[in-house]
Order: sequence, then structure tokens, then C-alpha cells
Amino acid sequence: MIEMINVYKKYPNGIVAANGIDVEIKQGEFVYVVGPSGAGKSTFIKMMYREERPTTGDILINGVNLATLKANKVPYLRRQIGVVFQDFKLLPRLNVYENVAFALEVIEESPKVIRKRVMEVLELVGLKHKARMFPTELSGGEQQRVSIARSIVNTPKLVIADEPTGNLDPETSWEIMNIFEEINARGTTIIMATHNREIVNTMRHRVIAVEGGLITRDEYGGEYGYEG
Amino acid sequence: MKGRTIGRHFRDSLKSISRNGWMTFASVSAVTVTLLLVGVFVMIMMNLNKVADDLERDVEIKVIVDLTADEASITKLEEEIKKVSGVAEVVYSPKEDELNKLMLDFGDDLRLFEQQNPLHNVFYAKAVNPQETAAVAEKINKLDNTFEVKYGEGKIEKLFSFLNTSRNVGIVLILALLFTAMFLISNTIRITIVARRRDIEIMKLVGATNWFIRIPFILEGMWLGILGAILPITLVTVLYYNIHKVLEPKLAQGNLFELLDFSPFIYQVNGLILLMGVLIGIWGSFMSVRKFLRV
Ligand SMILES: Nc1ncnc2c1ncn2[C@@H]1O[C@H](COP(=O)(O)OP(=O)(O)O)[C@@H](O)[C@H]1O
Ligand SMILES: [Mg+2]
Repeated sequence: MIEMINVYKKYPNGIVAANGIDVEIKQGEFVYVVGPSGAGKSTFIKMMYREERPTTGDILINGVNLATLKANKVPYLRRQIGVVFQDFKLLPRLNVYENVAFALEVIEESPKVIRKRVMEVLELVGLKHKARMFPTELSGGEQQRVSIARSIVNTPKLVIADEPTGNLDPETSWEIMNIFEEINARGTTIIMATHNREIVNTMRHRVIAVEGGLITRDEYGGEYGYEG
Repeated sequence: MKGRTIGRHFRDSLKSISRNGWMTFASVSAVTVTLLLVGVFVMIMMNLNKVADDLERDVEIKVIVDLTADEASITKLEEEIKKVSGVAEVVYSPKEDELNKLMLDFGDDLRLFEQQNPLHNVFYAKAVNPQETAAVAEKINKLDNTFEVKYGEGKIEKLFSFLNTSRNVGIVLILALLFTAMFLISNTIRITIVARRRDIEIMKLVGATNWFIRIPFILEGMWLGILGAILPITLVTVLYYNIHKVLEPKLAQGNLFELLDFSPFIYQVNGLILLMGVLIGIWGSFMSVRKFLRV
């Protein structure tokens, strides 16, 4: 489903954040991307939804090469990928329902479909009863659930998360992880950059360790494997 | 793009117009000043052109024939004048007719000249293109048996050069103002864009196309242009209505030239003002959106 072939990324400032990455991820996998700060985890993830373009090499998602994908096709790629961030990226003047619906409105889904889908995903993340509340009235964990709901509302086959639990306390992090597990159980591929050793070591999945822009380890059911 | 999407864009653009109070006010004012000048300028220039046209139609070349010329050479001269390039029509006026014209102006006292008419025979010629009157007159002057060739005596040239100068000055002034207005509009839009940066970022993440993101801002620019056109359209209409009402009876007496009729002229000017407002609005927002939307 996803294939990176000899991917090399050099930022304009000269920093090499990917230095020849080869990797293959199959539909339905759950993948942790681990590594120290500045290792190139975010770059790895950004290249998968074409926030960044590889300097050389190819990235194939379902046969589409992101390295050569035209800018005006990027929106259609993004409609097939859900993205979740550490800082939630919610719109403060929209309530929970509207924040999730926003993802469907901008791709001009019909109101009927929007209503149905939004209620479904809010149910899944357990926030149906808070649909009318605003982000500032929610806890961090709840906000992250809203953003997860938004990322899956258009039923993507792939969800990418960059340190989704980075801002959350341990207990809340577990709740969030349970939601990702649930989404993965329904067949969605999940790629998650994380610093959370506890989680990686407990909810065992494939672990890709990145260091200096290189994959140093790639293990199914592996451990977090770094100190501190 | 679907109907409800368009409705949403309209709402978004109007909301942000009212939210950016001061910047909206500044750019609408700039557009207003610009368009007002455009309106007044177009009004004046179009009427001056009309005046020039009216005056031009009366510009004649007066070819005074030598006293010594006989019937045959007068006929020959007429043929030659007709052949000069750029001559539209030639009318012969024998010296008896010339005297009658004089008597109409100065009275019958001149009747005593009827026996011994001191006047010359005359041809009246018109140039195809009035602006070339001087050149045509020059060519006629070179023909045989012409005593003197006269025309508007520089007044025409002065009128044309005045028209050209004021047109150029006006255009430069208006261009400068157009740029100021566009600059202000694009700054206003930029503030909106910065305020909605997060929206844009999220829109892009969830797969909105660039056009979808752009349209509310372009609509906003268009509103600024339209708002800026309201006052100029009103003022220009009232102004022209009154000028026309006051001047037209007087000019009708003078019989020399007239102003352009209120309608359809005023609708054309107002249409132009509105169109320019919309265009600078859209262009101004386009410029700032372009910078922000690079993927
Ligand atoms: N937009 C950018 N421009 C320049 N350098 C960048 C950019 N983004 C990341 N980097 C650099 O690339 C390296 C990898 O960064 P990143 O992928 O964010 O790592 P991680 O997410 O593992 O902390 C770092 O040295 C970082 O400073
Ligand atoms: Mg990172």
C-alpha cells in the first residue's frame, strides 16, 4: 500500500532529514515510528501526505507516486488520508460537531452524508454528548478525540499521527490509543510517530526506529528501545 | 462548485468584511476616491471629445482664389482640390455669394460694392479626418491660382493638444490611484488570511482544493470594490444630472456644441465605475492570496 524507495530529503537549510529510506507498509498495519528528537520522524510522516516532497526517491501510495504528484492533485490525495497532530489543530470558533463536519464540507459532501458520518465518528470517539461544546470547553484528551474523529470522518484507508499523545497525561494517552486500536481493528492503516515508550512496549505493533534520517531498526512487535 | 458551497463562501466573505472594520474602511475609502476620480475624469473626457467632434465638424478650409484666375483655371483648381488626398468635399462659392454672406452680417450698406465686387472667389473644403486639416490645407496651398488658404488658425491644434495632454495626465493619475487602491485591498485581504491561517491549514489537510480556499477571499475583495463604487456612482450621477440641467439650455442657444445626453451616457460611466471596482477588488485579493496559497 505504501512504499518508500530510496527516499532522500534535504531541507533548503542543508539538513538531511531522510537519508535513503526504503520501507514498505501494508494495508491494515499499525506502525510506530520512534527515534530521538530531530531524528526525522516528522519528516518521514510529512512526506506521506505531501506536506514535504522528497528531494530524490519515490513514495508510492496505492500506486500513486507522491514524488511526482502534481500540486493540484494533492487535495485528492489528502482526502484519502487522515492526519492527527500533537496540537489537535481544531478551529476554536467552531463547536465539536462543526469541527468534524468541516472536513466534509470543504470537500463538498452533501449535508445528509455529513450529518450521518459526523454522528457516527463522534459516537466512535465517545463524544456524541458533547457535540455542541466548543474546543475551549474540552479537556486535552477530548480535543484530541475530536481531531481523530475529524481525521477519520471521510473514511480514509490510512491515518497518520505525529505524536498524538505528546500533550496528554498518561491515562488520557491510553484512552486515545484505544481509539486508534479500534480504528486499526476496522482495517485502517495507522502510522504513528511517538515518544511514548510505555505505549509502544505495551500495545505491541511494528516499530520502525529512525535515527539521523535512516531506518535503524524495523521489527514486528518490537520494543521502544531507547533510554529515557 | 455546488450551490450551498457558494452560499457558504458568500457568508464567509461578508462576515470577514464586517470583522475587519478599519481595514475595510480604509480600502473602501481608497477605492471610493479612485473611482470617483475615474468617474469625473471619464465624464469630462467623453464630453470634451464630444465638444471636439462638434467643433471639428465645422472646421473648414477656406481656399481663396487668385483674382487673376479665369473660369477655366477655377474649374481646373476645383478638380485639383478634389484630387488632393484627404479632402472630403469641396464647395464653390463665387465672389457674389461671398458678398451676400457679408451683407447678411454687416447690412445692406455693402450693397454699393455690388457693382465693383472686391472679394475673391472661394472654395470651401473639408478634410476627411479633421485632425489632418492643417496638412490638407498645406497641400492645397501648393496648387496654382490659390491666393490664400485659411482654416481654424491654430485653435483646432490647441484643442487637440489640450485633449491629449489632459487625457495623459488623467490616465497617469488614475493608474497611480488604482495601484494604491489595489495595494490597500490586498493588505486588507492579507489580514483576513492571517486571521484565518488555521482554517486554511486545516482546509488543506483535509483536502480542500486551492480554489475552494481562494474563493471567499476573492469574494471579499469583490465586496470591497463594490462598496467603494457606491459613493462614486451616486455622486457622478447627481453631478452630471445637474451640470446637464444647467448647461444644456445655454449650450443649445450657442448652437456650437452640446453635452452628451444624460442617458445612456451616465449608465455607461456607472457601469465602468462598477466594473473597475470589482476588477481592482478581485485583483487586489488575488495578489495576496497567491502568496499565501503556495502548497
Ligand atoms: N522545514 C524544515 N526546514 C529545515 N529543517 C527542518 C525542517 N523540518 C525539520 N527540519 C530538520 O530536519 C531534522 C529532522 O526533523 P524532524 O523530521 O522534525 O524530526 P523529529 O520529528 O524526529 O523530531 C531536524 O534536524 C530538523 O531541524
Ligand atoms: Mg517531530
